[in-house]
Amino acid sequence: MRVYLDNSATTALDVEVFEAMKPYFSEIYGNASSLHAFGREALAAVDKARQTIADCINARRDEIFFTSGGSESDNWALTGTAHTYEKQGKHIVTTVIEHPAVMETCRKLQKEGYEITYVKVGSDGRVSLDDIKKAVRDDTILVSVMFANNEMGAIQPIEEIGAFCREEGILFHTDAVQAAGSVKIDVKKMNIDMLSMSAHKFHGPKGIGLLYLRKGVRLERLIVGGHQESGMRAGTTNTPGIIGMAKALEISYRDMEKNNSHMKYLRDYFIDRVSKEIPYCKLNGGTEHRLVNNANFSFDFIEGESILMNLDLNGIAVSSGSACSSGSLEPSYVILSLGAKMEEAHSSIRFSLGKDTTKEEIDYTIEKLKETVARLRSWSPLFKEIKGEDKYV
Amino acid sequence: MYNAKVLETFAHPKNVGEIENASGVGTVGNASCGDIMQVFLKIEDDKIVDAKFKTFGCAAAIASSDTACEMIKGKSLEDALKIKNSDVVETLEGLPPQKIHCSVLAEEAIAEAIKDYRAKQAK
Repeated sequence: MRVYLDNSATTALDVEVFEAMKPYFSEIYGNASSLHAFGREALAAVDKARQTIADCINARRDEIFFTSGGSESDNWALTGTAHTYEKQGKHIVTTVIEHPAVMETCRKLQKEGYEITYVKVGSDGRVSLDDIKKAVRDDTILVSVMFANNEMGAIQPIEEIGAFCREEGILFHTDAVQAAGSVKIDVKKMNIDMLSMSAHKFHGPKGIGLLYLRKGVRLERLIVGGHQESGMRAGTTNTPGIIGMAKALEISYRDMEKNNSHMKYLRDYFIDRVSKEIPYCKLNGGTEHRLVNNANFSFDFIEGESILMNLDLNGIAVSSGSACSSGSLEPSYVILSLGAKMEEAHSSIRFSLGKDTTKEEIDYTIEKLKETVARLRSWSPLFKEIKGEDKYV
Repeated sequence: MYNAKVLETFAHPKNVGEIENASGVGTVGNASCGDIMQVFLKIEDDKIVDAKFKTFGCAAAIASSDTACEMIKGKSLEDALKIKNSDVVETLEGLPPQKIHCSVLAEEAIAEAIKDYRAKQAK
């Protein structure tokens, strides 16, 4: 059996989306910037897709700017805001659990002389509005808080932070890459000034994303060399990608309730059984404000990458927060930020379900996970079973 | 990123376990770094007659431990100490660059176990 439980890394392209994209590769292939009929046909489709996306998040069509994906959108939002508004201040507030696309851009800006405050999160993985308020200063030009975390799924109090920032006159960016598709986004109601999104996280194609930029917010360009996207982002319009992204987002809104209740049911069943049937494991993050498809566990005495690889031998795909799988020496800073010990962060595994995950797949995964954990623990110098007793040292 | 040899060694290690009343035990690494390797040796007449390991670590760490144990079995202590991490990597037909330190740990664990044995002998 092959089981894909890494839907937070990427998702399968929806067949319906693929069908919608197909004509835009070799039939309607014109450059959307060209004046002739070939170009106009492509542009009409792009305009329609832009409107579809704007409608989904309650934005205007001219507030949607297509990019190559979430990383570019995050890089652009932060760098662009910093450079455009530096005369008003050089301080940015963000959190300790942001995606590297935000984290590393912040570090780059620090080298340029900007000051960044990284707000901590609670053991449930959520940042509090009070802590954001405390971090904000007179020279704060931007608050950037992710909509939902990619590793442990904590959904952040975006609406509250948005309302506060609007009141204070501070720009607010949210990286919604992991949330889009399973959480309803309303940029007006949530007072969001900038929002990043990536199509491949919700069954759209890879290589296409967007930045929502509220009308009136200025932003220095990141990619220059063409007048595309109203002069805001250079590069030939990715027509099939845009068509695919719009279709995927539309479908995700259409099927959201059904898919979410399916994933939540299976996810809760998984968490419940793993918690009960595997000793010495811990769910990372809270249960209340959590993406419906995310479960992240630490398994004591064993290392995450070896769990990942052993599950892989059984056809099961997951992710790990261990240093060994990321190529760095430090384990997941996100899991550590929850107050976890280094060992716990090294032993963390993310299971991210998809809309097509089945109960049979979850049952199979639980069985193989139990075998894997028992097997690796029997190989671990940290784990010794006390004979005849259900105790471990 | 792992080759077939590493995956096969990780999937079916031959030398995992402990040796009771081992002649020498070597433990290197620490849990906060994500790697602990423990090697148990049974030594008779300065010759390694059995080697086993327990490892907390990634697939490469487990494969390296197993391979190193396999390589030193039947060798004299002197010859066992000549086995370098690069020999372990070679036997595994290569490791990803960021995993080379796993093979270094294996070399160190064996050296520690032999040191432990010699210290016990000296007493």
